[in-house]
This record gives sequence, structure tokens and C-alpha cells, in this order.
Amino acid sequence: MITMPVSSSVSADLCRPLRWVSDSFNDLYTSYTIFCILLMSVVILVISIFNVEFYAVAPSIPCSRLALIGKIIHPQQVIHSVVHAIMGMLVAWCAAVITKGRFQFLALPCTASESLDAVVSYVCLNEYHLFFLLFGAFVGYSYSLLYLVNNMNYLPFPIIQQYKYLRFRRTLPLLVKHSCVESLYLVRNFCVAYYFFGYIPRAWISTTMDLRADDKIHPLDTLAGLLDLSLFYHTWLCGVFLLIPWYIAWLLFKIYATEAYHFPVQPTFAEETDQCLPKILSSNPPLIIKFLALQDLMLLSQYSPVRRQEVFSLSQPGGHPHNWTAISRECLNLLSDLTQKLIIHQEAAATNGRIKQPSPGEVNKPLNFPGAAVVEEMAFQTQRSNVLPRTHMPSLVKSLSPLKTSTASDLGSSFGSPFTSPALNRKPGILDLNSPWHGSVQSPHIMRRGPKLWTSSSELQTNGSYLPSFPMVSVARVGHEAEQPSFMYTWLQNKQEQIRSFLSKRVLVMYFFSKHPEASIQAVFSDAQMHIWALEGLSHLVAASFTEDQFGVVQTTLPAILNTLLTLQEVVDKHFKLPHVSSKPPRISGSLVDTSYKTLRFGLRASLRTAIYRITTTFGEHLNAVQVSTEHKKRLQQFLEFKE
Amino acid sequence: MCSLALFPPPPLPGDVTLYEGNNALVSGRVLETLPLPFQSQLADLPTLTIPKETLKAHSRLEHSTKPAFIHHRESLWKRCINAWRDVGVCGVLSEIANAEEEVLQWVKTGSRYALAVCHWVSSLHGSLFPHLSLTSEDMIAEFSQAVDWAGCSIRAFAWHPHTSKFAVALLDDSIRVYNTNSATVPILKHRLQRNVASMAWKPLCASILAVACQTCVLVWHLDPTSLSTRPSSGCAQVLSHPGHSPVTSLAWAPSGGMLLSASPVDTAMLVWDVSTENCVQLQWFGGGGVTHLAWSPDGSKVLAATPSAVFRVWEAQMWTCERWPTIKGRCQTGCWSPDGSRLLFTVLGESVIYSLSFSEYKGEMQGQVGGPKTASIVADLSETTFETMYGEERIGGEVHSMVWDPSGERLAVIIRGNPGSRTVIAVFRTRNSPVFELLPCGFVQGEPGAQPQLIAFHPCFKKGALLTVCWSTGRISHIPFFFVGAQFPCFSPSHSPMASLSRSSTRCWVTIGHLVVVASSLSLT
Repeated sequence: MITMPVSSSVSADLCRPLRWVSDSFNDLYTSYTIFCILLMSVVILVISIFNVEFYAVAPSIPCSRLALIGKIIHPQQVIHSVVHAIMGMLVAWCAAVITKGRFQFLALPCTASESLDAVVSYVCLNEYHLFFLLFGAFVGYSYSLLYLVNNMNYLPFPIIQQYKYLRFRRTLPLLVKHSCVESLYLVRNFCVAYYFFGYIPRAWISTTMDLRADDKIHPLDTLAGLLDLSLFYHTWLCGVFLLIPWYIAWLLFKIYATEAYHFPVQPTFAEETDQCLPKILSSNPPLIIKFLALQDLMLLSQYSPVRRQEVFSLSQPGGHPHNWTAISRECLNLLSDLTQKLIIHQEAAATNGRIKQPSPGEVNKPLNFPGAAVVEEMAFQTQRSNVLPRTHMPSLVKSLSPLKTSTASDLGSSFGSPFTSPALNRKPGILDLNSPWHGSVQSPHIMRRGPKLWTSSSELQTNGSYLPSFPMVSVARVGHEAEQPSFMYTWLQNKQEQIRSFLSKRVLVMYFFSKHPEASIQAVFSDAQMHIWALEGLSHLVAASFTEDQFGVVQTTLPAILNTLLTLQEVVDKHFKLPHVSSKPPRISGSLVDTSYKTLRFGLRASLRTAIYRITTTFGEHLNAVQVSTEHKKRLQQFLEFKE
Repeated sequence: MCSLALFPPPPLPGDVTLYEGNNALVSGRVLETLPLPFQSQLADLPTLTIPKETLKAHSRLEHSTKPAFIHHRESLWKRCINAWRDVGVCGVLSEIANAEEEVLQWVKTGSRYALAVCHWVSSLHGSLFPHLSLTSEDMIAEFSQAVDWAGCSIRAFAWHPHTSKFAVALLDDSIRVYNTNSATVPILKHRLQRNVASMAWKPLCASILAVACQTCVLVWHLDPTSLSTRPSSGCAQVLSHPGHSPVTSLAWAPSGGMLLSASPVDTAMLVWDVSTENCVQLQWFGGGGVTHLAWSPDGSKVLAATPSAVFRVWEAQMWTCERWPTIKGRCQTGCWSPDGSRLLFTVLGESVIYSLSFSEYKGEMQGQVGGPKTASIVADLSETTFETMYGEERIGGEVHSMVWDPSGERLAVIIRGNPGSRTVIAVFRTRNSPVFELLPCGFVQGEPGAQPQLIAFHPCFKKGALLTVCWSTGRISHIPFFFVGAQFPCFSPSHSPMASLSRSSTRCWVTIGHLVVVASSLSLT
């Protein structure tokens, strides 16, 4: 970090290429320069603190324009922007001081000679200096805005492991190019802005500091003033000078934060128990720790036979495969959570597709559904399961309910549980929007299923991940309440619909509120990196267990794993068949800003398929002996024949 | 060390090598069928001939629409814009320099000088790395694994790693996919699919084929259950990167997911995450490009050959590399033993096979390739004269391509002859543990007049090994080698121990460490 200000100060010296060689060393030791370097270090420190505070491993994607605006005026973001603008101003001041020449001071003695008496030498405003400072603030603010809009706080994990220095070196040319180009655009935008609004800060500074305008020099908010090549060059250089260290700080943070970390599989000492991999996976650490743990799981499963052996080992007194149980259970939970989330998202998409105006008659006959008795009965059964409104696959429920089952062996043997009851194969419309459930229901996640104009589905997905842990006690109560739909409620419902349809006809409103389909899909898959690693780790471990697992600990979990993977595969396949879902990833240009979160779903689909193939090619015909449902057996057969 | 002199004489002229049984290569007439016990093994493998004449050549060579229109004079600046779009800065400069209109004289002279400087710089670059002055088609022909890439009807061949399915790239830039289990033969065509240099099927996947084209890498997503014979070009994913063309070699990670692509023009090889189209450049200056890639079957190491006398072995976890300078010429081809512990490679200008053995991959030694200090010569393929009934026959020379069968028991080598001798396929028996051992097996001969073009081993042939040879006549034939593998003993019809004993006199043992260590020829810097 210390080298950064130095390197940037050298780049600033390039402003004067002729005397650069002779002066640069002298310049380095002037008190101004040293002070500037110190100041720059402080700025970098502040920027780094913001990087550390604002990072996210799963990006938050605004689903509509309103949500984006909401993010921009969020107090946290406002603080971010203001601080960055101030920091930008400080850097620009440093740049101005180091550049010397006409940019160095805010106030200069007037060159005007109209006052011949010359007794009172007036002090004039140096507009170039002001221009520089304002440009710095502008760049700082733009940086902060772009940081938000481009999700630059997102930490993309690299697709291959490399040493930090090599990663840095690889990105450096791109970074320099990006800063140069961006600085060019910022100079252009700032010139336009200054042309129109430049007089405001100038007048304000002049009046507050009692400085006069120099008559000899063109004011800068005129065309003649702005058409100054030297000014343009220096401003551009100042922008580069500002952006490069900031981006370097950002890049270094990214590289250090996403570096693979080794978690011990088995604790050597008792106090390390909290830091070992199974423990971290099963607890609820900060998301970044969880990501790193999963990344480590993926790496160890792929590259390290010794650590794999630790995973398959049995505990010393007792002989339980605690490590494997914890790891596999956590991975399966992650994957079934994703299945759940996808089902909910698909439902939302499906209901959004067939939205219709409710006629009062339709609303008034809510008792048509198979009866509250069924719901009550279900409430008993679903103590540990969630309601799946439109499930065609009874097996799904089984794989979704691993939370309560403590040992993994239970998972495998839970086939033929009572969930194939007709209650689950009800009429799909039972949770339809138009039924009174929609409004009166208390359990919050059912509420969220409707087509809401102004909730983002990112909200849905963040809460959605906790769904399996919801005890569905409320269902029974809901069932009773549903029997008495109040008149008031119907009226409200009607009004709401009317307002909604009224608003949706206004173009401007729709512009802000309309959800971008692509964005909402991206939001669903925003943390899919975790699932990709879970898939890879799990499948590599299972494949390795074929030869390395001495005690057969993996065998007990194999049915559950296959079940979960195949269910997820079905759901993912269905998801890609939804309308609005593009089947190909968008082109990613090789830019500095990483947009890999936009294509995570394709990565998930591919690694899911590869994971299943990895298991099927390793086990081959032996899989026929594994206990899975007939549906899944068919599916497995297709994988065995390479027809999927 | 093994040499060609230890080989049995080549088959009689007119005979075709049919199979290996009882430890000997059996040859016979073309129409002769295999012995009955073997027939069932190969019943469903299509043997086909794709003669050059049936392929429709390109109707037009250029892909611009220029020749279709009547020439029309445009104003200079319009022509400049067009040139900028088509060719770039050099096009604009030459357009201005050659303008007949009254342009400002100094602009004209200036652009003429600039153009001269451009040419000079590019020629300087070319003198540093001579291959850069080749056109991209010549470059592909030079570095392709096919013997006669430009002239033969078959340009690339790839077996699917898990099923009996293969893809053949043809002279007319189409790709045909043959499947033993279905009669439909999908023909893949795409606007960007030109001058295919190499193909690779994605492992752990049903039907994804990566194709190295002149300008990009195409990744075809074929539906294995589909009955259509012309998949639309929408099924192809285009992976392109500026400065990364022509692509001459591809390699999938054996664990699926990642694809490596290499171009002789680009010093960086690219690691693609195909599903998300992200790519990472693995830059390593020196060598001037990457011509050939081979990923070891255990996924731990990658061989990357360059156009100059140096090649690199990358370690595929932390992606660090070891650099291996050679004395004579560039590394032409290389192949890995199934466990990834041994690399065989050949160098242009020398008729020997070198071997490098790597310490066993543990995963704990991150970022180390673990190579030895020197390479050793394991086979000498210099020209040898065989006395046959029909006179002398001279065989031997440089190795063009080399493949190792997945069980590690057979090694097939295309020896490109000098002007006096012909191009042949030599097959070795190999064993990798406990000591590396290379024994002669025999020569594989095709129909009269047919030269081998490409060779590949079937990735999952149960009864031994199955070598697929593409001949210059456009014929694709399969030659089975029936043997009992050391690792996977399995049924082999009419296996007799006597036959194997009779051939043991021609054994040659190669023991690394005290036989040949060629420190003079190859050394680690």
C-alpha cells in the first residue's frame, strides 16, 4: 500500500515530461510532496476501510429501477458517496500541489493591472485549482456511484487458483487501461457539468473567501475556457492518478479476501474445534467464511487425498463418521434450500403469467378447496416439512426435510414416508392469488408468493432460504380463517386491484416499477457460487469414496445425495424452461468490473450435471443397487447411458 | 532403449493390418473378416470412407460479400471508413496512401511512411518468431496433429470419452458425429466454423463438443436424444478472445468444467469456464505462442508446446509452470501416461521419443510441478531398412503425433518419413509400473496408397485397446488390440500363453536412471 502513492506521484510528475528526469527526485523530497504522500496514504486507508465494510459475496441485485434509486439514496450509500467525494477532492488537491504550475494554489495575486496604484494587491481566485478540486469530487462521487451500480462490492471467486502476485499481475494492465478510459469519460462528463453549473461553486467560493475574479483569464465555464488542451490533459491525468490507486486497493482487497483458506478437517487441539471445516459449515458464520469453507471443501475434495481421508475417518471413541455426516448434511441442506427457493420462484413466475382480475363471485366462493380438514391433517404431518403447493414430485418433499433428521443415515431410509398423501397432490389453485388465502394469511412467506408490483424478488430469496425451518403451524389456523372471508376484505381487495391497474397504465410509473425479468432471475441465483462448490465438493468426495472410503461412511448417505441432486436437476431444468429465461449466457466483455454473478446460473446448471455424471461414471452399474425412487432410477439410467 | 530395428518387418504390400491377437499384429486382405470371437466386439463400430471428391469445396473463399457486387467508386472518406471496419488502421493508411484523389499531399506522404513503419515493425516481429509471418491456414497446417491437414479430407477426429461416439471434422468445415447406437449422423455447420484444427468432447457430459476454429472456439451443445441431422447454429456457444486466433489446440479438464485453448499467435493460453464464458489468461511470455496442449488424464498437469524450442509443463492446481528448453526444435507432440506420472514427447528434427517422469501427484505440494532434472530417450526411431520378400523398405524419421491408450498398454506413433521412406504407424507395448517399459509391437498398415493422417484410441474399449486411424484416402478404420491388461484382467478370446513367450526375445527394457540420461540434449534451466 505504501508503494501506491509513490508510484502515483511519479505518474503525476509525467505532467512535465521535459524536466521530469531532473526534477522528479528533487520534487520527491519537498515538504509538499511528502505531505501529499502521507495524505494519499490516509485516503487509501479510508478507501480500503470502505472496501472492507461494503463487500458482499452475494451481490444484491435491484430488480426494478425504483429499487435501484432506493439503493442510491440509502443512507449508507449516501455516506459512501460523500466520503468518496471528499477523498476525491483531497487526492485532486494533492495532484494539483504536485503538478505545481498554475494549479497549485486556490488564491493567486491578480495579474490585472488596471489598478495602477498597486498599493493594495488583490487576491484573485485561481479557477484552475477549483476546477481540479471539483473534478476530484466528481470522480469520487462517480466512483462511488459506479461501485454501486456495477456491484463492484461483489467478491467474485476466481475460477482457477493462482498465487496472489500472479493474479495481481494479470489484472494490472486491464486495471490501468480501465482507469485511463474511465478517466477520459469522466473528464468529458465533468466538462459538460461544469459548463452548465460551474458558476455556482465559483461564485460561492469567491464570496465566502472574498476572492476576486481575474479579468485577464477566461472563466472556465465558457467554451473558450474549456477548450484548453493542457487543462484537459492535466485533468485527465488527475483522474488517472486518482482512480489507479483506488482500483489497486480494491483489487488487492478482492485478491486477499478470495484467497483459498485452509480449514482443518479435524482439530488437532481442543481449542481449534470451532475453526474446523465441519463445524464452520454447520454453524452460521458470516457469509464470507462460509464461502471460503465451501471453497476449501471443493479444493480438498479435488486435490488432497490426505484431507479426504480425514473426512472419511471415524471418530476415535465411538467410531462415528462425524466429519462426513456434518459436511454432507450441510451440503445437502444448501442444495435443498436452493431447490425450495427455485420452486417458489417458479411459482411466482407462473402466477405472474396468468394474472387475472378477480370477479367478486369468484372471490366469494372460497370454500371450494378440498376442505379445511385436509389442511388440518396436513398441519400435523408437515411439522417438519413445508407446504409445496404445486408439487408433482412427492419425492421432493423428502429431500426437502432433512433438517430435523439428525443423522444422515436417516435420510437414506426415509423413503416411503407418508408424504405421498393426496394432500400434496391437491388442486394447484389452492394457493392461487384469488383465493382469500392471499390476503388473510398470516404466515409471511405465503404472502410473498403473489405478483407484487413493488417488492423485489431479492427480498423473496433472502427470506426464502430460511423457509425449511418454518414450522407450518400457522397453516391450520389459516384454514379456519379462510372459512369466513369478510366483506371488508373483498372490498379492499377490489380497491387494491383497481389502484394497481390504474397505476400500471401510467407509463412513468411502470418505468420505475416494472421488474426486469433478467434481474430477478439473477437475484435468485446470486449466491449460487456456494451451491456450485457444494455440488463439486460433494460429488468429488463421493467419487473418491469409491476407492478411498474404507469404512463405507459415504454409502449410507448416497441415496440421499442422489435424491437431492436429481430433484435439484429436475427443478433447474424446469427453471430454464420458463419464459424470459435466456438459455445462453450473455457476452462478457473482458472488462475490469466482474459481472460473473450474472452467469452463475449457467455455471450451476453445468456443474450440477457434471456432478451427477461424476457419480454415475464412478459407480457405474453399482448404482442400480442404491435405493432410489423409480422416477429417479429412470433418470439415473439415462445418466448412465449418457443421454441426459 | 527401444529402436525400430527390433520391430517385426512391416506387413506385405497390399495387406492391411486387421487386429492384434495372441500378441502379434495380424494382417490380411481388406475384405477378410475378423475371427469369429472378435467380431462381436466391433460389430457396431462404423468403418467409413469419406473421399475428398464427395465434399463440396468452398464456393467462395472470402467471407466478405464484396465480390458479389459491382465495383463502385466511393468517396475517399467512405472507403477509409470501410477499410477501418474491415482491416483496421493499416487499411486506412494504405487506402489513403493509394488514393488517386487530390488528398493533401502531406497526409498522403505521412500515411505512406506510417505504413512503411507498420510493415517494418511487423516484419521485425516476424523475424523474432518466424511462425507469425504465416497465414493462419498455413499456421494451422503447420501445428496441427494431422499429418496432411491442408490436403486430406479429414482434419480432426475426437472420440467421446465415455461412450462409443466420435466426431470427424472434414475439409469442407463441417463436422459429423457418428454414434454406434444410432443411425442419425448430425452434421454441424456454423458460420464461424472454419479451418477446424482440433476438437474435444467434454468429459463427464453427454454431448458437448468444443471445436477449435480459425477465429474462435465453438462449443456445440448437442442433444444426445435428438434425431435432427442439422443442429442449428444456436446450439453453439462462441468463445472468442481478441488476439486469440487461430486456435490450434484444445484440452478439457478431465474433471469437466474447464477448457484450455491455445493459439500459436497468443502467448497466453486461456482457461475457459465454459458454462459462464469467463476466461482467465495464463500469460507466459517466451516461445511466442502455444501450439499443442495435452492435459494429463489424472488432471494434475498440462503440457503446453510452443513454436520455439521450448515447452512448458503446467501444474493444474495453482497454475505454475516448469520450462523445458530443447536443443533441436519445437516440441511436436506429447502424451501422458494414464496416471499422469510420465510424459512422452517428441521434438521436431529428432527421431527419438523422450520421456519425463514426474513425482507422483499428492496435492500437498501446492504449486510444484515436480519434474526431474533431465529427460531421457526411451525410443530411437531413426531410419531403418527392413528386408522383405519384395525388396528393401526404409522406415523411420520424425514423429508427428503420438497417442497412448487409456489403459497405458499400447502407444501408437505416426512416424513421418523422410523423402526416402513412407509415413507409418508404429505401435509399442508399454508398461508404466513398476518400471517403465517400451516394447515393439508392430507396424500398422492401411490400404495401398493410404497414408495415416490421424490416430486416436477408443477411450473405453473393454477388451484391450482400439486404435482408430484416419487415412489420407478418407477412410476411418478401427484396429483392435486384444490383450489382457495388467490392471484390468478381462476376457480375451483364444488367448494363448505360448504366443507371448515366443515374442519375448525382442524385449527391450528401459530403466530410467542408469541407461540413458541425455543431459546434453535436454536440461532444466
